[in-house]
Amino acid sequence: MSTRKRGERGPLASIGLHAGLLLAVGVSLFPVVWLVLTSLKPRDSWLSAELRLFDDSSLANYGRVLTGTEFPRWLLNSVLVAGLTMVIGVFLAATTGYAVSRFRFPGHRSVMWLLLVTQMFPVAILIVPLYNLMAGLGLLNQIPGLVIAYMTIAVPFCAWMMKSYFDTVPIEIDQAGMVDGLTPFGTFWRVVLPLSRPGVAVTAFYCFMTAWGEVGYATVFMSQEDKRTLGVGLQQFVGQHWSDWGLMTASAVLIAIPAGVVFLLVQRHLITGLTAGATKA
Amino acid sequence: MAVSTGKATAAGGPARGRSDRRGRRRERPGPLRRSLGTHWYAWAMVAPVIAVMLVLIGWPLARGVYLSLTDATEANIGRTIGVNVIPATYEFVGLENYVRILTSAVFWDKLVWTVIWTVVCVALHYGIGLGLAVMLNRRMRFRSVYRVLLILPWAVPAFVAAFIWRYLYNSDYGVINGFLKLAGLDGVGWLDDPTTAKIAVIAVNVWLGVPFMMVALLGGLQSIPADLYEAAEVDGASAWQRFRAITLPGLRQVSTTVVLLGTIWTFNMFPIIFLVTRGGPGSETEILVTYAFREAFTGIRDYSGSAAWGVIILVMLVVLAVGYRRTLRNQGDPW
Repeated sequence: MSTRKRGERGPLASIGLHAGLLLAVGVSLFPVVWLVLTSLKPRDSWLSAELRLFDDSSLANYGRVLTGTEFPRWLLNSVLVAGLTMVIGVFLAATTGYAVSRFRFPGHRSVMWLLLVTQMFPVAILIVPLYNLMAGLGLLNQIPGLVIAYMTIAVPFCAWMMKSYFDTVPIEIDQAGMVDGLTPFGTFWRVVLPLSRPGVAVTAFYCFMTAWGEVGYATVFMSQEDKRTLGVGLQQFVGQHWSDWGLMTASAVLIAIPAGVVFLLVQRHLITGLTAGATKA
Repeated sequence: MAVSTGKATAAGGPARGRSDRRGRRRERPGPLRRSLGTHWYAWAMVAPVIAVMLVLIGWPLARGVYLSLTDATEANIGRTIGVNVIPATYEFVGLENYVRILTSAVFWDKLVWTVIWTVVCVALHYGIGLGLAVMLNRRMRFRSVYRVLLILPWAVPAFVAAFIWRYLYNSDYGVINGFLKLAGLDGVGWLDDPTTAKIAVIAVNVWLGVPFMMVALLGGLQSIPADLYEAAEVDGASAWQRFRAITLPGLRQVSTTVVLLGTIWTFNMFPIIFLVTRGGPGSETEILVTYAFREAFTGIRDYSGSAAWGVIILVMLVVLAVGYRRTLRNQGDPW
């Protein structure tokens, strides 16, 4: 029988633990660090087989990206598309998440299934009919067109996420609200929703990130240069015959760093929101 | 934890206002009427999503299924150019597309690779994620620093990750080959050979997906009461026995959810394959989803073929989810 108390380790186990975690941290950080370093190098350096950490570091690549390419335009498009998708998606899905979390009504199971099954939809199945639909409505190369296409992903996803979050709000709170004479809508709007702000924020954030990172629909729907989103536009920096890794890495940093910073700032909430979702889904 | 809006007041008759209303409704006969009376607000709350899904998913889905039964391509689909309306000339061909796909070698090739890709990725996501979560669940110094640094890849959008890794894999200037050369080895054309290209895309996806699993499982671990472990320790259970008897069962709920979600996401993981290898070399790393996409939007656009691919993929996923859920239910999970 072990006499050691829980949480106590031998020194060897401690070294092993830290070594394992340090290795994992190395793997998780290295690509990002290398990306940043590369973005600071001049052309003859990223086109060289030698490994050098620093080499004439400058912000030249960033200057080229911001002034010499369509990057700012794509950034704006991406922000618009992802922002609209987020707002509309969360707005549409909130009450549904609440209803499937709280009420057992005829059709409840079908709604739950619908939400799950639509998350399985591969791009391939909807993209052709949606493309034809958008073409028919003149919405190709239009931001609203892409937002509409993203609704097919965002709405079921948001409803599912928020359902998981509402599940964690004690039902006694609703009951108290209803005893006080609120309707189910009133309870939702005035009692549960304010309590669920972190959950809504997390859902909104995920929704934004999903739209922000989507490539398939955007590639097909936004063919005009000035309508592209980042995921589409960046592809042209590294084409089949010509690659400018300076432009590529600098723009990747410009995209990843702000997202990463926000992510790390809110990660505590993300984790609560997500695990609430994962354990209750 | 839910209020039943049905007849039963099983939830303990939660709301006086609602029971009153139900009392009034009782005089009315029709069950539909009564159902409408008690459930209308639930339905009203669900209505926006149902409407959106019917219009944006239901209709395109129905049309996609219909297209998959025709011979529609870019050439014969109807379109409007200016004021000229060119009528559609494609025809209904029944199950021809399905027969053609299911009897083609390329479909089975892609299916085998997609299954390998999904199983390997999800297994590595789960295994590594669980390992890291267990490590992070210990009390130790720098714990929150480790955690923050380990979830970083999760913050990187998939398309950015794809571009980063393409640069790392580059055979001439890539850092991975740089290290190999430093060690006196020959560089590898990572994305030029089918085997290494497959390893390469799996590595990218694992890098990107582990943090999610780690965080979800860490949440699960933290919800397991510590006294269970203490009791087991008093009983003399070894670390491995505690892991098997307490940790794994305690994680079941989280695990089943994240494995199902992870499987669906990986199966449909579009940007990694599409941007890292572009499906190449040849179409060796193409999974079903990217292949179907390429069918629809390269060369003469084969809309019907692509739609049929889509339907087949969807059917497989639904079968998978139903089977998975049934297995869980047989094992006594409420989900």
